[in-house]
Amino acid sequence: MKIDKNTTIKIAKLSRLKLDNKEIDELSIELSTILDWVEQLNEVDTNNIEPLSNVSSAELPLRKDLEESQNNSENVLSNAPEKLENYFVVPKVVE
Amino acid sequence: MNNLIKGKKHKWEAVIGLEVHAQVKSKSKLFSSSSTKFGSIPNSQVSLVDAAMPGMLPVINEYCIKQAIKTGLGLNAKINKFSVFDRKNYFYADLPQGYQISQYLNPIIGNGSIFIDLNEEKTKEIRITRLHLEQDAGKSLHDQNPEKTYVDLNRSGIALMEIVSEPDMRSPEEAALFIQKLRSILMYLNTCDGNMQEGSLRADVNISIRKPGDKLGTRCEIKNLNSIKFIKQAINFEITRQIDIVEKGGVITQNTLLFDTDSGITRPMRNKEEAHDYRYFPDPDLLPLRLDDKFINEIKKEIPELPDERKKRYINDLNLSNYDSTILISNKNVSDYFDEVLINHKDLKKSAKIVVNWISSELFSILKKNNLNIINSPISPNNLGHLIKLILSETISGKIAKEIFEEMFISKTSPDKIIKDKGLKQMNNDNDLEEIIDKILKSNSDKVKEYKNGKTKLLGFFVGQVMKESKGRANPKKINQLLNKQLN
Amino acid sequence: MEISSIHNSIDLIKEKKISILELNQYFISKIKKNKNLNAFIHFDEENIYQQIKSLENSKTNNRLYGMPIAIKDLFCTRNMPTTAGSKILSKFNPPYESFVTNQLINQGSILIGKTNLDEFAMGSSTTTSFFGNTINPKSNNISLVPGGSSGGSAAAVSANLCLGATGTDTGGSIRQPASFCGVIGIKPTYGLCSRWGIIAFASSLDQAGIFANNVKDTAILIKEIAGYDKNDSTSVNIKIPDYYKNLNKDLNGKTIGIPIEYKIPGISDEINNMWEKAIKVFEKGGAKIKEISLPHTKYALPVYYIIAPAEASSNLARYDGVRYGFRSKNDSSLDEMYELTRSEGFGKEVKRRILIGTYVLSAGYYEAYYIKAQKVRNLISKDFKNAFEQCDFIVTPSTPSSAFPIGEKEDDPISMYINDIFTVPASLAGIPGISIPFGKTKDNLPLGLQILSNHFTEQTILDAAYYLESIHE
Ligand SMILES: [Mg+2]
Ligand SMILES: [Zn+2]
Repeated sequence: MKIDKNTTIKIAKLSRLKLDNKEIDELSIELSTILDWVEQLNEVDTNNIEPLSNVSSAELPLRKDLEESQNNSENVLSNAPEKLENYFVVPKVVE
Repeated sequence: MNNLIKGKKHKWEAVIGLEVHAQVKSKSKLFSSSSTKFGSIPNSQVSLVDAAMPGMLPVINEYCIKQAIKTGLGLNAKINKFSVFDRKNYFYADLPQGYQISQYLNPIIGNGSIFIDLNEEKTKEIRITRLHLEQDAGKSLHDQNPEKTYVDLNRSGIALMEIVSEPDMRSPEEAALFIQKLRSILMYLNTCDGNMQEGSLRADVNISIRKPGDKLGTRCEIKNLNSIKFIKQAINFEITRQIDIVEKGGVITQNTLLFDTDSGITRPMRNKEEAHDYRYFPDPDLLPLRLDDKFINEIKKEIPELPDERKKRYINDLNLSNYDSTILISNKNVSDYFDEVLINHKDLKKSAKIVVNWISSELFSILKKNNLNIINSPISPNNLGHLIKLILSETISGKIAKEIFEEMFISKTSPDKIIKDKGLKQMNNDNDLEEIIDKILKSNSDKVKEYKNGKTKLLGFFVGQVMKESKGRANPKKINQLLNKQLN
Repeated sequence: MEISSIHNSIDLIKEKKISILELNQYFISKIKKNKNLNAFIHFDEENIYQQIKSLENSKTNNRLYGMPIAIKDLFCTRNMPTTAGSKILSKFNPPYESFVTNQLINQGSILIGKTNLDEFAMGSSTTTSFFGNTINPKSNNISLVPGGSSGGSAAAVSANLCLGATGTDTGGSIRQPASFCGVIGIKPTYGLCSRWGIIAFASSLDQAGIFANNVKDTAILIKEIAGYDKNDSTSVNIKIPDYYKNLNKDLNGKTIGIPIEYKIPGISDEINNMWEKAIKVFEKGGAKIKEISLPHTKYALPVYYIIAPAEASSNLARYDGVRYGFRSKNDSSLDEMYELTRSEGFGKEVKRRILIGTYVLSAGYYEAYYIKAQKVRNLISKDFKNAFEQCDFIVTPSTPSSAFPIGEKEDDPISMYINDIFTVPASLAGIPGISIPFGKTKDNLPLGLQILSNHFTEQTILDAAYYLESIHE
């Protein structure tokens, strides 16, 4: 199997997803199946082929250095699950 | 210079490299048009993009690109005509997108170098590996509440230049010289304000130790140092710590450390239980950045004279010492002030040393007393030049000059006006001076007798009396000459 | 009287045969009668009447004046909540309007509601939504899926609950449900419509598009939502033609490409017959038929199922419970808050894709999976480039099957992924594609024909569809 349970646990941790044991078992199998399936790409000779990350034919547009947005804090904070005065609030972080 | 550090058993060499985060001087953020002003109300300079609201997209700030190129040119570095913005993925409370837009495999600036002055004669090249553009994170406040962390995103998305050096430094002093020199180059270029207190310039320091000639040891990284003093302290502590471990038979484990400025010690960051895997990949919301020669050449034209060139000019054209030149160039504003004096008074070029002395002693001390920066000096470079010329032409005495100098500081006017208003011009006319001398000698005939009997020390007394009578305006050199003539 | 087209409704309103209030009331009552389809996540009559009132007061007379349009709930809307079909955004009220919906509003459209979708647009059946599945209005005895991810929009247009709808297409999410529901669905060229304000799934693939009942309406709507946006760095600055005015049925001189690689085993005779019939119809219209080769077609799905999850895993990192959306109540530390919020907030398919995406980007696997996929993506893109040197447009079936029953394929991700086998290659190449209803199965279920053309030649596929529609009628 491509993805063993430990790998599933590791990538779940990286993704900040908490999985129970049943989910870990199921997902390890499903992910392995999917990865086995995508590996048919190895049949393709890609020597001297550049990776294509975006098909847009645009040139990266450059913005002028203008301060345009005024104080937006009401909008920015309006959906916050927890806030105090003008801050977002989260459980204590220990550095 | 020998940089080896003596442990209990061996001599050790420290190997130090820096990663400096310099905030780009710009009005708006790297990918949004929010203000970059420092010290505003929390979350008041946060656009929908900066808060990573769903569906929001980044658009890059052209000026930040120009600033990075300008800095690259100032570091004699390669400007990459093709660069890519990548996502660096990790979770943190003040990282709204869940990733930082940065540059990984294809940074905008490649190899460069800067030179540090180890002493009067010796300079050392420190190689720059790269410079890339990236977003700053927000700010987490941990000490406001025992159970909560507060998040302010005002800083989130501000453009940073991450400047990475090769591990070319061998002592805390070299690291300090490097960051000082880098800071001064950035300030000359006007690409970063260099304000370390406000966090505009912060350094991560990589340190390892080895026996001279050995291969590199395992390094530790001290994060986010924001003063030159702390950089030196942290490095010193870390070198000692590492030597201690190795000499006791231990091994250094690669670690990310924080420096506690109160206790002066480094400690590992706590939230490191999982090894980071940043999963860099090109940001699909942004296309690669392609630069052409025209764009780069326009920026080249804007590159000002940089500290090294300026120093060379001071030494070669103005005959200043290395020491004096270094004092001037280490702060661009001081150096600009000095240059301004000479631009207004070309004839002072021969007397550049005197100009330096006035700036580094009188001007520095009065500015410091009044808590002023040289860019806000009430005494303009032009007026200081005037004053110095009045001294050189013996129109005023040095002592009077200092009085006038203080008056200039208060009234912000020219020395000429002060001299005229207060009648402070030096008396140089022989007849006028002889008149006063006659008067003094007459009213002190007893002392004249003593002098003639050999008590020549009294000459000073006569000079003093004449100065007093002239209210300090008499030219002391002339008084001496005339007194000598009359008494002998 | 049945009202089902925009171009007719525009005339009715101009001739004052109907008011915009009456027009919208007609659709409001139909929506209420068809609640069982679960096509809408958000539908608020009061809000619609407000829009009508302010439109009447505004005295503007723009092209879409009063036209009721349904919006996939992936477009952020200022006056309606936006959920992406996910629990994690179930309480999200965007303080902004997406570029596309803003264009529609500026043209006088009434946003009649927010339609259901697969969670974060990840799916081909509209069964992964936190708000329940949508039912295909063309179902007969058993309830069928409408396709996905834009299943709610396709169903709404199919059941005539609105005059048009927006969708987004990342790998087929417009064309596949259009085919399943018997309506027209167009995915334009990547870069034609701004992505600003559309909740991102896979940024290098996501494109907004349109569902409508006929080609004329499709042409009208796609012009209005297209356009350059300086806030989307991948938006392309080109002049948008008036596709509707330019519509032209004449196929003389056109060459149609038939890709041999799309003749895959396991495809039903019904689909293959429909395809062959369509080719004959085009031939009759004066077009030349040419077999072409898109040699890397077979690899499009695996490429897609690496690239899309990779981008998604990063795009969905922002749903962390800090600034908006759902947050788990059971947190004690920041990391735990993240993990619980995301585990409780995301559904199974979303988690599956986040994990796949995280894996293929992680140290040691990035080159083997992600870079490899991007290289093959380049080859797929080159295949189309070569093909369009030989033909004007390409004709294929839209889907390998007709709509399937709800609940089928749910436990087998790969058989679900196969649904997009004909639509994904065009998404990877960024070219425009349209699905137009053509023929039916023996069970009277709609089938769709896909027409693809080169970048920014939307007019070509609209013209071809226009011809096909005229023959069909
Ligand atoms: Mg670093
Ligand atoms: Zn950095």
